[in-house]
Amino acid sequence: MESRRNPRAVVDPKVRQVGFFTSSQPDSTHQPDPIASESHPVASSISPSGNSLSPVMIPPPRHNSSDTFLLRAAAAAASAVSPSSFSYSTRRDFPDGSMTASPGRVSRASFSKPSSSLPGVGMDSMAAAKSSSVPASGLTTVSVVNMPPGLSEKESDQKKNSKPLKEKTTKAERRALQEAQRAAKAAAKAEGGKAPLVSSGSVASTNVKAAKPAKPSSQKNDVAVAAPGPSEKKGGQTEKDRKKDAPHPRMQYDDESRVVKAKRRAVVKQTEAKNRVELFRHLPQYEHGTQLPDLETKFFQLDPMHPAVYKVGLQYLSGDISGGNARCIAMLQAFQEVVKDYSTPSEKTLNRDMTAKISSYVSFLIECRPLSVSMGNAIRFVKNRIAKLPITLSESEAKAALQSDIERFINEKIIMADTVIVKHAVTKIRDGDVLLTYGSPTAVEMVLLHAHELKKKFRVLVVDSRPKLEGQLLLRRLIKRGISCTYTHINAVSYIMHEVTKVFLGASSVLSNGTVYSRVGTACVAMVASAFRVPVLVCCEAYKFHERVQLDSICSNELGDPNAISKVHGREDINYLDGLTNNANLQFLNLMYDATPSDYISMIITDYGMVPPTSVPVIVREYQKEHSLV
Amino acid sequence: MPDVQSMVLEFVNKLRKRKIEGSQATARCTVELLRSVISHHRVPHANQASALIDAVKAVGAQLVAANPVELAVGNVVRRAAVAGLDLLDASDDDEDVNGKGIGYPAMSAAVVAAAARSTLRPPSLQTLLEGTPESATAPYTSSSGADSESKTADKSSITRKLKHDVIEGVNQLIHEIAGCHEQIAEQAVEHIHQNEVILTLGSSRTVLEFLCAAKEKKRSFRVFVAEGAPRYQGHLLAKELVARGLQTTVITDSAVFAMISRVNMVIIGAHAVMANGGVIGPVGVNMAALAAKKHAVPFVVLAGSHKLCPLYPHNPEVLLNELRSPSELLDFGEFSDCLDFGTGSGSPLLQVVNPTFDYVPPSLVSLFITDTGGHNPSYMYRLIADYYSADDLVM
Repeated sequence: MESRRNPRAVVDPKVRQVGFFTSSQPDSTHQPDPIASESHPVASSISPSGNSLSPVMIPPPRHNSSDTFLLRAAAAAASAVSPSSFSYSTRRDFPDGSMTASPGRVSRASFSKPSSSLPGVGMDSMAAAKSSSVPASGLTTVSVVNMPPGLSEKESDQKKNSKPLKEKTTKAERRALQEAQRAAKAAAKAEGGKAPLVSSGSVASTNVKAAKPAKPSSQKNDVAVAAPGPSEKKGGQTEKDRKKDAPHPRMQYDDESRVVKAKRRAVVKQTEAKNRVELFRHLPQYEHGTQLPDLETKFFQLDPMHPAVYKVGLQYLSGDISGGNARCIAMLQAFQEVVKDYSTPSEKTLNRDMTAKISSYVSFLIECRPLSVSMGNAIRFVKNRIAKLPITLSESEAKAALQSDIERFINEKIIMADTVIVKHAVTKIRDGDVLLTYGSPTAVEMVLLHAHELKKKFRVLVVDSRPKLEGQLLLRRLIKRGISCTYTHINAVSYIMHEVTKVFLGASSVLSNGTVYSRVGTACVAMVASAFRVPVLVCCEAYKFHERVQLDSICSNELGDPNAISKVHGREDINYLDGLTNNANLQFLNLMYDATPSDYISMIITDYGMVPPTSVPVIVREYQKEHSLV
Repeated sequence: MPDVQSMVLEFVNKLRKRKIEGSQATARCTVELLRSVISHHRVPHANQASALIDAVKAVGAQLVAANPVELAVGNVVRRAAVAGLDLLDASDDDEDVNGKGIGYPAMSAAVVAAAARSTLRPPSLQTLLEGTPESATAPYTSSSGADSESKTADKSSITRKLKHDVIEGVNQLIHEIAGCHEQIAEQAVEHIHQNEVILTLGSSRTVLEFLCAAKEKKRSFRVFVAEGAPRYQGHLLAKELVARGLQTTVITDSAVFAMISRVNMVIIGAHAVMANGGVIGPVGVNMAALAAKKHAVPFVVLAGSHKLCPLYPHNPEVLLNELRSPSELLDFGEFSDCLDFGTGSGSPLLQVVNPTFDYVPPSLVSLFITDTGGHNPSYMYRLIADYYSADDLVM
């Protein structure tokens, strides 16, 4: 830490000029010593094993970044990181419960407590920091592998550090984060503009922390926001460009400059649909069916792409794999292949290079189809595991550990979870029940089949809707097993709801306000069911839970192929809209998901048991805790 | 008059095979048929009016039986009978009452059930049964002016005159049915504001005219059309809206709930409006109405007066519904092994439900717009009482 404090002393005024760290500054001035002494043992105990290269003290997770290019990083970091590294080390202490160690930190903790429940958040952001800061530094390697260093480096960098962060931070925090990134950039620019990117990731992640105490005093925050403005303007242009290049999982597609840049580096050249619905400009909408042949021809040009990932991506694109679990498992298995075939390039460390690789694969998969929440959680898990690989492991050991970790995730979080859900849900099915289900949820299908095996007497109503007609597949499978079924379409749901005794639904994700994010139409079914006083049970694995909140189905959604709506499959007589698809007055909206308000849901069946929708945030928190401790 | 009989039969066949669809088309055809029935009817010397009415009702009963779900048929038959009933007062015979009494057994069970309901209005029935001629309908017919007019008419007025009057009344009815679109559309600008987002469902000419009328008055607004599987009439509506230059977005039916939060108003065309203010509309309407209620979006129903039905519904989702062919939902080829084609191999594993209509309870409806203006659901019973005589609830 001393070595760091030196440059900081030099840069100190700059940090102040940036003005953002007002809240944490007092802290750092008050108690640099306890922190230093605190993080010293930790850092020093590990760093010798990792790198003999640098005398610079780096906290453990970041410590992986200490390779050839650490000096650069250190130089850049020194400018802006000082508060960040500081807060980082504090954060590390939280899980240990050693919060009482220093008075300064205690006051800090108590300060930030009101803004959010600390342990959970600390854990979150810790995980985030790990998955973000490490990739951040690992990024340069990608750029070496790839193409023009500037672009690719920046894009994957941004993705990694912003993805896990964005998903879990509040708006204010996100804003703070942006400001912090800008501030860091500006500072680094002034320093000489050398690779500030690397540090920005960690700065950002840590500054989430720093920003939190500042939140109550919004005035300060405003000042901070105002301050970096000019300094950024003078230098940050190219930096900004590169930063914005990043494909973000929840990128807002109404920002034209971003879209143009994202397109420039996209592997999958999707053609934008021409005729789009005004309300959904913030979501990507592409002409479907044009990319596949294009991608196929490109296969040999995409040398860094692992064939397994490539295959999965194509399957997403063509729709061969759909459903949250199937997509997630396919992706994880592809990653297993990746790990198996991986060999660390010389002069790289496994952790960093692998995370970078995974990130580039993930961005490819996003281009093929936006990530589902389940996949996002799984990716977070994988990155977390990579980041936590002990440096002492040999490459083959590390690979084996990773593979078994992924295997374990698939088995525990998906397959075992489903069996537990089935066990719970079956208890809710009685003889004589009439169960309604919508679409083709895998968990519900397992429940029904299991109940049938238990010789329960019940009937199933399969409700389906255009354009996917997934219900027909479910219908076929149920009938094959000898379950008596009734099939209908979603419009008729109020006609048949009279006879229904329970509604079983699946979910793509359950958000922490209890909203169930699921196949479009689920909300309709749940609404009608609750209007008819029929209990609605949602089966969802806990790994699909997410701390995001959502009130409507418009802010975040996925758009399917609009042409699937104008053409009715198998009904040639319905051709009213032929030849009108390019009419400027006519749009087609093919939503993929919708958000069911929690008041329609009676119960959510997960692997943790059967809970009301109000208990979702508890599970999200517990799950995250378990997740980061594993 | 074999020609009239054959016309009736032909129309009954069409109704039975569902060749005529849409309440407006059916209503118009029915009235035109009734007009020719009346004009060809040989009127006996005594008891002219009641004989006419009986003839109309006999044909009406056939038509209703042919398609009991198409309530518009019954509605216009009743309306035509009202035209005759106005004249009935003029020719005051006790026999006409008897004639009606004889008519009852011929009615279908449903109609008799409806008859039982009319006992809720004792004065009318009592006067009817007691045969007090001064009567029957006066308090319940809207056209009390015409009533008195016909009363003043000479009792011994020639048959031609009477028939002429009835046909005149029926012509008026035809005119009304034909003109209801314009009447309703005229009110469009009062209900649609600039930049409005409107959701509609199914294909209704009334809705089309309504939206286009607002468009012609230079309102600019956007329309979301739910496609209305499995008949996809939404596609048809979208096509016509686009042809008239309206900003149209087609959505799947499942996205109705997702989109309703961004919609300012739901406008649908009714298949029939019941006396309690409930609406029978294209399938899927109830879902949209529930979603609209949840998001406090006004749910507006457009209905011409021929759609106002004097019956109070009981379990209308089932009893006033019609199941269409499963082939619209499932490809028989794919599921041929599971479907029971009536060959009867025990109980089939797979059943397919494909209803045509949906019932929206009055509590979910915000407003009715009819050709006489806007009304609350709770007021519909009164509006209906204006159009129909209590006696005609039974045909």
